[in-house]
Amino acid sequence: MQLIMANTDSKDQWQLRRRNPTKGKKGERMTQVRVLAGTRKGAFVLASDEKREKWSVTGPHFGGWEIYHLKGSPADPNRIYASQNTGWFGQLIQRSDDGGLTWEPVGNDFTYAGGDPGTHLWYDGTPRPWEFKRIWHLEPSKTDPDTVYAGAEDAALFKTADGGASWTELTGLRKHPTGPSWQPGAGGLCPHTIILQEPRIYVAISAAGTLRSDDGGETWRVINRGLLSDGIPDPDAEAGHCVHHVEAHPARPDTLFMQKHWDVMRSDDAGENWYEISGNLPTDFGFPIGVHPHEAETLYVVPITSDSLHYPPDGALQVWRSRAGGNEWEPLTKGLPQRDCYVNVYRDAMSIDTLDEAGIYFGTTGGQVYCSADSGDSWAPIVRDLPAVLSVEVQVLP
Amino acid sequence: MLPAHLRNLAKTGREVVVSVPEADITQRRVLDALEAAFPVLGGTIRDRQTGKRRAFVRFYACEQDLSNESPDAPLPPVVAAALASGAEPFLVVGAMAGG
Repeated sequence: MQLIMANTDSKDQWQLRRRNPTKGKKGERMTQVRVLAGTRKGAFVLASDEKREKWSVTGPHFGGWEIYHLKGSPADPNRIYASQNTGWFGQLIQRSDDGGLTWEPVGNDFTYAGGDPGTHLWYDGTPRPWEFKRIWHLEPSKTDPDTVYAGAEDAALFKTADGGASWTELTGLRKHPTGPSWQPGAGGLCPHTIILQEPRIYVAISAAGTLRSDDGGETWRVINRGLLSDGIPDPDAEAGHCVHHVEAHPARPDTLFMQKHWDVMRSDDAGENWYEISGNLPTDFGFPIGVHPHEAETLYVVPITSDSLHYPPDGALQVWRSRAGGNEWEPLTKGLPQRDCYVNVYRDAMSIDTLDEAGIYFGTTGGQVYCSADSGDSWAPIVRDLPAVLSVEVQVLP
Repeated sequence: MLPAHLRNLAKTGREVVVSVPEADITQRRVLDALEAAFPVLGGTIRDRQTGKRRAFVRFYACEQDLSNESPDAPLPPVVAAALASGAEPFLVVGAMAGG
């Protein structure tokens, strides 16, 4: 497989494209697309060829368990890690070395380092000791299949360098000076976004905000300047913002796009300063945000009515796309239900493939996983009746 | 005796046999022996950090709820004898809590 990255025109449209292998004739190798869906009651693997029209569905893997996130290693796509949890039996991490056909549990000891973990703020404003609850997000290294970062509730970052057998906390995040003031969002004090640009790492936490490390996770700085949150006593506080998701385009590592509790935001200086790009969105509340793999100024969000009404406005499920890096948005509705639809789309439940005609995927709390094989112009469900979808990740396989 | 999720995880049957000297049977020793035999169960029955029973796990034997007894208290002699002889199982149960 060859990857091509080039700045192709004056509109600053970057291209990171796979050169497709020979296709179409019987017996020749076909590119495969694999979608990893984590749900409230297990994991599912959805597979298709590059046309993305006909899909196979396998699962549930780990039936009955909440699968907050699955993600494959960019360095070895058949190496997949899964976060498996229930309120009854706690946290497990599963690993597959064959693309999700078989799985083995690996290490699940996420002990906070350094003895007394200290406190953060609880919902009622009282100090509460940090306590491990679950892994929200797994981010495999781009270069080493055995190295993975894990975002843990209560907010902490763990790392494995042995394929998940053992996990070590990178304590600089939890012990940031603002840590004692962090307060959980409705879902918990969760680090849900991990962007690796090693040695730079970005992490976003509900409800602390966004932090950046320039030394591989040893030390961190809060990067929330420009965020305004009416739900906290000081709307432009250094920390305490309920960031829902952050994405970056690989060709523009200093440009970040954020879906905050309210507001869609952008930074062009590695998070030092943020400004709003909500523009003409019908509502700027939502959870996921995505960036087109070949067009660094093309973004996707799913507007949700409000923080108390977690479903699309008017019961019409719409993805909104901006081809201008924000502010100017267009609704994408073809193939999506435009009436009587009251699902939500969670923060890790959108993913975008890297085929020439990029595929956009998202999963809903109603159990649908939708695919657009034409950069969002039209949509079709891959599956309709899974358990509530918590996360969606897509892989393109040679 | 294990609940379904833990049986699947341990890749074992409903009932597993562990060895603990009858004179020293405590819940902690039973669970330590279970986790030694099936390391994958570590952290699933008792919290890794605190060592305490997870909130939605219960321990029953001889129709008695032992969940809130001290993990280091010797089991009642009649229970210990029943477990040691194999007449009764020590049940690890997922609490009825919806889901």
